Amino acid sequence: MNTRQQSKLIYSWYGKRLSSDRKLRTSQYKGILITSESTKTETCIQLGDFILVEGVNADQPYVAQLMDLYEDGAQHKRAVVQWFCHLEEIPQNKRKLLKREISAQEVFFDQVLCYDTDIAAETIIKSVMVLPLHLGEELPVITLNKEQTFYVRQSWDGKCFKVLSPDTFSKLKEANKKRGVITNSSKAFIPSDILTPVKKETESVVRSATKSKNPDMEIESKHSTSKSSLAKERHSQRVANNDIKTPTARKKLELNSPTRSKGRLLGCEVLGLLDDDCDAIAPLEPSATKRKVKFTNEILGSPPKIPCSNDKSKSTPETAEECQRFSDAMRFSPYTKVKDFSEKDKNLHEKDDILSLVGYQKPSSQIPVLTPRSRRTCAQKTSALIAEQISMLDQEDFLSGSDSSYSSSSEEEEDDDMPCTPEKNPKSSRIFSTPKSSKKSAVRTPAKTLKKTPLQGTPRTPRNATPEIPRRIQAAQEPASVLEEARLRLHVSAIPESLPCREEEFQDIYNFVESKLIDGTGGCMYISGVPGTGKTATVHEVIRCLQQAAENEELPPFQFVEINGMKLTDPHQAYVQILEFLTGQKVTATHAAVLLAKLFSTPGPKRKTTVLIVDELDLLWTRKQNVMYNLFDWPTQKNSKLIILAIANTMDLPERIMMNRVASRLGLTRMSFQPYTYKQLQQIVSSRLKGVKAFEEDAVQLVSRKVAALSGDARRCLDICRRATEICEVARQKRTPEIVRMAHVTEAIDEMFSSPYVNAIRNASLHEQIFLKAILAEFRRAGVEEATVQQIYHHYVALCRVEGLQSPTVSEIMAICSRLGACRLLLVEASNKYLHMRVRLNLSQDDVMYALREE
Amino acid sequence: MRHPARPSSARAPASLREPRMQPVRRMKPSAMSKRKLKESNAESAENISQVQKILRERFCHHCAAGKLFGMEQQYRHLLELLKRTTVHGESNSALIIGPRGSGKTALLNHVLKDLREMKQVRENLLEVHLNGLLQTNDKVALKEITRQLQLENVVGDKVFGSFAENLAFLLEALRKGDRTSSCPILFVLDEFDLFVHHKNQTLLYNLFDISQSAQTPVTVIGLTCRQDILELLEKRVKSRFSHRQIYLMNSFDFKQYIKIFKKQLSLPAEFPDESFAQKWNNNVQHLSEDKAVQDVLQNLFHHTKDLRSLHSLLMLAGSTVTVHHPLLTAADLQEASRQHSTDSKANIVHGLSVLEICLIIAMKHLTEVYDGEPFNFQMVYNEFQKFIQRKAHSMYNFEKPVVMKAFEHLLQLELVKPLERPSVRAQREYLLMKLLLDSSQIMDALQVYPNCPTDVKQWAASSLSWL
Repeated sequence: MNTRQQSKLIYSWYGKRLSSDRKLRTSQYKGILITSESTKTETCIQLGDFILVEGVNADQPYVAQLMDLYEDGAQHKRAVVQWFCHLEEIPQNKRKLLKREISAQEVFFDQVLCYDTDIAAETIIKSVMVLPLHLGEELPVITLNKEQTFYVRQSWDGKCFKVLSPDTFSKLKEANKKRGVITNSSKAFIPSDILTPVKKETESVVRSATKSKNPDMEIESKHSTSKSSLAKERHSQRVANNDIKTPTARKKLELNSPTRSKGRLLGCEVLGLLDDDCDAIAPLEPSATKRKVKFTNEILGSPPKIPCSNDKSKSTPETAEECQRFSDAMRFSPYTKVKDFSEKDKNLHEKDDILSLVGYQKPSSQIPVLTPRSRRTCAQKTSALIAEQISMLDQEDFLSGSDSSYSSSSEEEEDDDMPCTPEKNPKSSRIFSTPKSSKKSAVRTPAKTLKKTPLQGTPRTPRNATPEIPRRIQAAQEPASVLEEARLRLHVSAIPESLPCREEEFQDIYNFVESKLIDGTGGCMYISGVPGTGKTATVHEVIRCLQQAAENEELPPFQFVEINGMKLTDPHQAYVQILEFLTGQKVTATHAAVLLAKLFSTPGPKRKTTVLIVDELDLLWTRKQNVMYNLFDWPTQKNSKLIILAIANTMDLPERIMMNRVASRLGLTRMSFQPYTYKQLQQIVSSRLKGVKAFEEDAVQLVSRKVAALSGDARRCLDICRRATEICEVARQKRTPEIVRMAHVTEAIDEMFSSPYVNAIRNASLHEQIFLKAILAEFRRAGVEEATVQQIYHHYVALCRVEGLQSPTVSEIMAICSRLGACRLLLVEASNKYLHMRVRLNLSQDDVMYALREE
Repeated sequence: MRHPARPSSARAPASLREPRMQPVRRMKPSAMSKRKLKESNAESAENISQVQKILRERFCHHCAAGKLFGMEQQYRHLLELLKRTTVHGESNSALIIGPRGSGKTALLNHVLKDLREMKQVRENLLEVHLNGLLQTNDKVALKEITRQLQLENVVGDKVFGSFAENLAFLLEALRKGDRTSSCPILFVLDEFDLFVHHKNQTLLYNLFDISQSAQTPVTVIGLTCRQDILELLEKRVKSRFSHRQIYLMNSFDFKQYIKIFKKQLSLPAEFPDESFAQKWNNNVQHLSEDKAVQDVLQNLFHHTKDLRSLHSLLMLAGSTVTVHHPLLTAADLQEASRQHSTDSKANIVHGLSVLEICLIIAMKHLTEVYDGEPFNFQMVYNEFQKFIQRKAHSMYNFEKPVVMKAFEHLLQLELVKPLERPSVRAQREYLLMKLLLDSSQIMDALQVYPNCPTDVKQWAASSLSWL
């Protein structure tokens, strides 16, 4: 542990060592104490507690139960946990097995064996509640800190969901109970999440105090800005430290808290906020923060370590507590509800029906959404009305705040692209969606419904649009004849059952990835080959097989990400796409780079291996080559678990365009795909045509030989065959048998490969031909392959006299010249030079002569 | 009577000696005399205006209604291609290559029109039309595609979001579709060669890649006049292109050209006044057999097979049709041909003053003496002075500023072109210039120059005539 961390959060053992193993030099403990030095707050987490663990995605911590705590030989604090998994961690295709809707607070008892249950103790964030429920049981509706309570109904073992076994169920129940006992009995360390209403009360006191000072809603907005700025600060610090546990922002927040528990709550609240506007850049108002700090200091009159506040809370009259709880629930429930949804929205691949539900709910829950913002204005139960009013007033302010955060987070030159939604309220006219779900919400509401309700304050949100092409109205016809069937199979897009002629390469790549997967390490492989040699197809085939193997549990599961340099607008967009694939976050390129670096450099306990395909690698080249550098640097890090398959056209790309440090990181695992030989091409075609007698054997061979001689591009071969079937079909109308013969294939080849120039010259008009002749004559005279129009003109006039034609005017010559220039038979200068325009031939003189002589 | 809505020719008539070519001046008397017109006259006026309307539509609007000539095979190929896309959902890519005016767009429009009328196709094809001259980079092109497809991120008629987002969105949309269920999309890229110059050819790569993979069925049709288009494609883009090229070459001979001429001029069967149509068509038939007309057409055909120039010739000829001159004559066509082929630069020379002509002659001599090397004003002035002092009887010796003024006029007319941009430092007299006229053009122009002094003519013929 380094000192930097110690200054922020200290993890120390709680209680005495339970047992120790001399041999392994490990010692076990019953609890861990997390102390934040600056705020002097402490949290104790004991065995059997449920905890949140830092995850891949900063917004989505993992849930686990603490099973064991020990210190290993190297004095590292370790923890053994029993995982619970969120719905998002379950593979897409398996989610259907649930057959019910899952709330964001529901987790599954994780029985997948492949996850590492031994984690570093420093990754523990805080403790939470996990309540076991029976399958049929409803979720308890009213709960206080909903953020910190999870429910478990079923277990997940990587294949299917099971009802919790009675044994587990009772264990979980027991753990909860035990915890409760500990909580009550412990005199100094109270886990943060006991359902004490005092938190709320103290909080509301604080807020009412604030209110009395500045009774306007100005505070409101300032508060929210300061909050978001804090969130941002915390976030940026996280990012800057590039580490798992640097909750400096949390420390800051705890400054505000009169008691530990309060600090906790605020902390998690901000964490919650972090979900939504994690990169919001709201203008920081120093006065607001300052005032706040000062104020909390006043309140902080009670020393934080004194537990009397808690005792006091217990003595609060029962009725008041009831009321308090009720009003809280009243105010909180809509807020959390929407939050649930927004959280869910992050998960892009949610079931459609849920999402559409969100779409309908959104407008109706607009106003309630705002209430939590104003809850500090109500200290007593009677203040519910005031809250409502203020929230109404607040709406504008708040919305504009969220708007600014949105616009600044959007990258590139988006600002001028803001749609001006035709709304009456000019202030809120630039808002995209409800504030809570403005970020990365993928609510798949049909655009139409949104358009219908612009008055309800739901602006049309291009953000939420589904990328979809309309469906066709009439059904596509299936192939009717043998030739049509053949054509369908010969289309490049048709996916063959197997990839013939690439077995060796397939096996090499498969072995490479498989070995890395089993070892749980990272690595790079560079694959090169000219276009159309099956590089991408082979790699995809490998991935498909690996995925199948992973599904059959022969291999550890992995994540598969693909990026294509040609499909990026800018090399740096690669980061954005990778991050979006991995975590579903949408952030700017620079931010994504930082997040990814963090992700791949830290040991994620539950992270799967990532297989990343980088197609068209050469386009990721930048002047500083930082994109390539980063890509190839990650796999070399110890905990990255990243396998990169880089694909490009040229064999010597690493030597040619990469800097030494990039090329060195790429390593020497290379593979090059040779162009197909004619036999291979023949095999490819005939394997696709298996069972369809549409081609003569010789015809296929002719195509294969022709293509192999030219480029060895399988796409070309298939295209020619496809064209040959079309030609055959046209010819068939004259009652010839429908089989593609040599003649058809020859015609198709000629069509594709014949030089267009000769034909173009032969079909040119007489004067155009004479002009070309004049050019040749001038070239021969001058001995230079370039001439001005004026020079050519003299030859031209002479040639016309020989041919007995009326010699054309200069304007006509210029017209001819520019016509030939437009076809690129000639290369000409800009035409404003008129007679002094220089002219060159775009093809060899021999070609011109050949084309002109034939007639 | 002259119809007020007489179609004006695209090319301004070079010579206005023919009074009929001046519509404005004739307008008034024709309106005045209208009242006195007889019944029959009114009728023929109606006919003439009909004829003019039909011809104008044919020659000026390059509409799909016009007929296709000599491209039946290409038509069938393209129609089959697009039919397969719409009916079977087969992805394809093709290029239509041909010189300007060879009917690429006309062919495509024809095919699309016929395709839309087919029962199996109706409403089953999304079309996206892009033009390289309008969509000058991929960002604009992407927005336009998204807008034309009316995807869900289109608000009203606008597309928002960054380039990267739009690309990702469009690709995602296309990737999600499949052959049997998604509506096929036809991408028409006019001026395809300009798309090639976009950065990395991202758009082309993606379009061709989609056409070669099992996604939403798309057909990409590119129209271009460049024969070397395939060499411009990057190798991986080229590999993804199916290499289907449809060439339009204007590959008809003169007999067909005459037929086209007849078809373009003759009136359709549904013309209201049948007897007039009959008369007109007979006249067209006669014209096409006339030797003089055939010579005119042959000349044009030798110059260019482009049908647009035939249109502009017929436009010039057709504009002479009036009530008093209801039928075209061979002379009309000859006159039109003369106008059509006049030399624009030489025409400018006709309007110059004698001093300016003298300067041009001086420049011509300088160019000949120094074998095409550039000259400056001072050299021209000296040459002019020599002529004035030794030979000229009729010419007044102008002062240098006046000569300079005349020289600058020539500069403005672009008969002379400076080699480099005029800078502040260089004196105007010493700027290097080049003459943009050929000596043969100057001599031709002098032949027809009215009232040219004899000594100037002699001087023009030989720079040494004063010896």
